[in-house]
Parts: sequence; structure tokens; C-alpha cells
Amino acid sequence: MSKWLNPRSLFGIALITVALLALPFVAAMGGQAWVRILNFAILYVFLALGLNIVVGFAGLLDLGYIAFYAVGAYTYALLASPHFGLHLPFWVILPIGAMVACFFGVLLGSPTLKLRGDYLAIVTLGFGEIVRIFMNNLNAPINITNGAQGITLIDPVAIGDFKFSNTTQILGVSLSGPQKYYYLLLALALLVIVINLRLQNSRIGRAWQAIREDEIAAKAVGINTRNLKLLAFAMGASFGGVAGGVFSAMQGFVSPESFSLIESIMILAMVVLGGMGHIPGVILGAVLLSILPEALRYGVGPLQMAVFGKMLVDPESLRMLIFGLALVLVMRFKPAGLWPSPERKRELQDAGAAK
Amino acid sequence: MDIFLQQIINGLVQGSIYALVALGYTMVYGIMGLINFAHGEVVMIGTLVTISVAGFMIKAGMPVMLAGMAGLTAAVLVCMALGWGLERIAYRPLRNAPRLTPLITAIGMSIVLQNVAMIVWGRNYLTFPPLLPKMDFEFAGANFTAVQVIIVAVSALTMGGLLFLVYRTKLGMAMRATSQNPAVASLMGVNINRVIAAAFIIGSALGALAGVMVGTYYEIAHYQMGFMLGLKAFTAAVLGGIGNLAGAMLGGILLGLIEALGAGYIGDLTGGFLGSHYQDIFAFLVLIVVLMFKPSGLFGEKTGDRA
Repeated sequence: MSKWLNPRSLFGIALITVALLALPFVAAMGGQAWVRILNFAILYVFLALGLNIVVGFAGLLDLGYIAFYAVGAYTYALLASPHFGLHLPFWVILPIGAMVACFFGVLLGSPTLKLRGDYLAIVTLGFGEIVRIFMNNLNAPINITNGAQGITLIDPVAIGDFKFSNTTQILGVSLSGPQKYYYLLLALALLVIVINLRLQNSRIGRAWQAIREDEIAAKAVGINTRNLKLLAFAMGASFGGVAGGVFSAMQGFVSPESFSLIESIMILAMVVLGGMGHIPGVILGAVLLSILPEALRYGVGPLQMAVFGKMLVDPESLRMLIFGLALVLVMRFKPAGLWPSPERKRELQDAGAAK
Repeated sequence: MDIFLQQIINGLVQGSIYALVALGYTMVYGIMGLINFAHGEVVMIGTLVTISVAGFMIKAGMPVMLAGMAGLTAAVLVCMALGWGLERIAYRPLRNAPRLTPLITAIGMSIVLQNVAMIVWGRNYLTFPPLLPKMDFEFAGANFTAVQVIIVAVSALTMGGLLFLVYRTKLGMAMRATSQNPAVASLMGVNINRVIAAAFIIGSALGALAGVMVGTYYEIAHYQMGFMLGLKAFTAAVLGGIGNLAGAMLGGILLGLIEALGAGYIGDLTGGFLGSHYQDIFAFLVLIVVLMFKPSGLFGEKTGDRA
């Protein structure tokens, strides 16, 4: 810990804290839409860190991670909306959502324990699709999820009478709804980061890394690979569930459309592009990949107008085109991710030198 | 009984298409151990190229047969070039990279191809020109069309040709050697780069053929059509044991049959609780159940311990 207490790093931490606290006000100058984009960036940090436990630490390739996010979101939506007439408070639902997602994590994990590598990937992918298809169709004969229309009018987060949905004055400062959610998300994200950091070098974290590197060897030294793999699934899923609950409350609306396979793939791309298994890298990847498409949304259209004087290409497809190219190029020139962990970087260099 | 037979025929047709696409996945996987996520997009490009070329020629008053052949040829050539380009740009530079890296570039290429297709062909559904004569046959109370017969026949022939290529020619031998051990194969004088490029090119040509079939069968096409098709075909490849050619073919046909029968009977089986809109679930449910008991697919060899 002493490493953290020298004046220079303390100064750095103070600077980052001030920047993070001031950020929603800076973003609000460009409109509340930018605050929402920031909120989603934090939500994705949350999700990417959850997936990082499964993929980065334990080395289990999960392509259906969004299912847990969906389960959390729907749990919140069903327990706090006029759909069933239930209005439980946020703090009660959040743990319920985490537990339900955790249950689904074990449900997915237990039949797949024997599978390796890409076989696991396709099964998790199938699982994610099954969850989405059920959400899309469970409106008949009993209306549970309201089908493709989704669930609307979901309660916002509230602490007593302090609602997160509207603007309030606190000590003369006006705080908008998205800005309040920003601070809530930031607090939750910090909690997740701390849990991740503590997990990484714990007994469990080291066991996961052993499984990732060589499962048979890990078993041979007495690691209970079955329980630990299940634990990785369950833990990753719980984080997904919590993120889903917050998403539901923040949006006030959920529909199966938000939980398609491409979302799972995006989160995986965040983890890999940032630097798999390395927490700062994963955070960087999540922030970059969630902000880049939005920044392009605002940048691509005007840029075309400025350069060519008219819209040559549909800006929506152009921005995704650039996004796809960016994925390819980053991985092409930084195969281990933008910010890989020092050990991983060394391993890759050694492997390269040996060739 | 006639519904049963009808669903079997539908399943067989759909399954042949899955099998052709699945071969593209399995060939690349067998040699490189890589999921080529952009393969579904290659199929989509094949369909759309055929629409443009054949549609243009028919409008210009040329005979339908000629237009169809030209469309197919153009699709195959474009897709072969695309497959080769994909390998060169997105996969070859990353051959020694961590395992998940090429997966992300594949996803990136898939996004790029989808959006290029959207820019070129627009975001609306396109009608596929009728290239084959409309003829109906009846057999034991079930109806089937000439298109269905041709699809099954052409894919059976193609698969036979592929098996011949892989097991009876020198290139095929080189492919099998590379798949077993690239380092040793290259010591024996196999040009690994050429073999891998060949796998991509052949797989993409099969994809183009499948794309034309999908177009003729469903008569519409869309820039997003490759995604679900690719997913199902990949599921089929895994079901059969990925990397195994015969496995991909049987997996594809099995998947087509399961889907058709599942969609036909799920309503009766669950007392009307689940309808045919759950069709897409079967592919994945069957996959999960099969892999629970056979962790490397129906015909797959036991995979090593690469995490």
C-alpha cells in the first residue's frame, strides 16, 4: 500500500477524482445527451469488468454475456413497473437482480463445464440467443415480458423522496437526472473496480489464472476447477445483473432489442481491445468503444458536409464502418490490446523472440 | 403424415444450405483453429452481387439462364476475392497473436462488410430475380418445387467435390497436413500461406454458392441476412464437430431437419404454449444438449487443451 501514499501518486489520485467529479458538468455544456453517453460508458465499464472475470481471469470465452444483463434488466423492470403493478425500491431489487442473474450464470455454467475453448463460446452464444428469444416471445399465452414491445414506465431510482429522474437543486447547484445517475454509476463502478482488484490477486483470482493457463495442471495441483469455473460464471453474471438493473432504472424502458448478440460481442471486444485480464486496460477499452460510436455519430455527418459540401454516404453506416475498421486496425497493430498487463506483454515478446 | 414429409423436405433444403455455409467455417477452423466470424457476411455479399448482376442482365433483355450463370459466376469470383482479402488483411498478420485477437478482427471485418453492403445496396429488402423455372411436384402428399430439388442436388454434388478435393488431391493432402501440424507441414515443403489462403478461397466460393441458393429459395435478400445464417451454420459446424468436413455436412442437414420438424410440431408438443416463433431456439437447445454428452460435437475428435 505504501506505493499509493507517496505525494506524487496522491496528487494524481486527487486530480483524477476532481476530473471525474467535474466531468458531468463539463459534458452537460454539450447537452444532456453527452451526460447520458458518459453514463453508458460507465455502465459498459461495469459490464466489461464483469466479463473480464469470466474471460480475462478464468479464460472462459463467453459470447452470451448480455443474457445476464438482460436478466438483471428484466428483473428490475418486472418488479418496479406498472406491468405487474409492483413497485419495490431500487435497493431491494438490485440484490434480487444480482441473485437471479447469478442463478442463470450457474445454469449456464454447469452443463458447460466439460467444454473447452470455442465449443464453450458457441454454447454461451446460443444461451444468450435463447434468453433473448424467450424475452421476445413470452407475451403469450401468459404475458410475462410483454414481447417485442418491451416494458415501459419503469420506476427510476429513488432514495426516499429524492428521485433520480428529475432535476433538483442541491446547495444552489442544479443537478439533472442523468447527472445524478452519473454519480450513482460512478460509485457502483468504483465498487466493482475495487472488487476486481481485490479478486485479481486473491487465492481465487490466482486459481482462475492457473485454470486459464492450463486447466489440467491446475487440477493436478489441487484446484477445484469445477467450483472455480462455476464461481467465475456466477460472479460475472451477478455483475451483469446489477448493471442490467441500473440500465433498466436509468432508461425507464427495456425491450429485447437491447440485448442482441452484437451487444455481447461489443463487450467482448471492449475486454480484448483494452487488454484482456488487465483491469485498467479493460476500463480503457470499455470507455473508448462506448464513446467512439457516439462521437462518430456527431462527427461523421458534419465532416462530410464540410469536405464534400453534401452527404455522400449515409452517416449511420459510415460511422459503423469506421468503427469496424478501428477494431481491425487496433488489433492488427496491438494484438495484445491497447493496454495489456506487463506480464502478458512480456510473454508475447518472448514468444515472438523464440520464433 | 404428409405434414411430416413436407417438413422433412423443407428441412433437407434448409439443411443443405446450412451445410454449404458450415463447410466454409469448418475448413478455416480445421486448418487455423479460428472462427471466421465474417463468413456469414461473405454469403450475404454473394447473394447481393447475384441480385445486381443477374437483375441487370435480365433487365437488359438477356435470357434468364445466361443471367443466372453470370450472376453465380460473379458472386463466386467476388466472394473468392473477398475471402482472400479477409485472410490477408485481418488474419494473416495475426497468426501468432493471442487467440482472441483474430476473433475481434473477424468481428470488425463483419461489421465493415455489413456496412459496406448497406452503403452499396441500401437498407431495404431486395427481391431476388427468379432464375429457375417455377415447377411443383407432388410426392406422397407433400409438395416440393424444382428450386428445392436443385438446391439439394447441387449441394450434394458440391460436397462430393469438396471431399474429393480434400482426400484425393495434392492440395487436399497439404490442407490435412497443415491442419494436423503447421510447423511440420511447412518442413515437409507445404506452403502454409498458400494452403490457408486456399481454404479461405474455397470456403468463400461455397459461401457464394450458398448465398445464391438462399436468394433463389427465399426470393429476398438484405444486408443483415448473413448474420443469423452464419450463426446457424456455425452452430451446425460445431454440432458435427468443428474442423470435420463430414461433420459439418451432417450437422447442417441435421440442424435443418431439427428446425423444420421443431417448428412444425412445437405447438402440438407444448399444447399451444410455445409457437413456431420459437424455431430459432431449437438449433441452440439441441447444440447444448449434444455438447453436454459429446463435448467435441457428434463427429469431432477430442480437442486439445488450448484454452
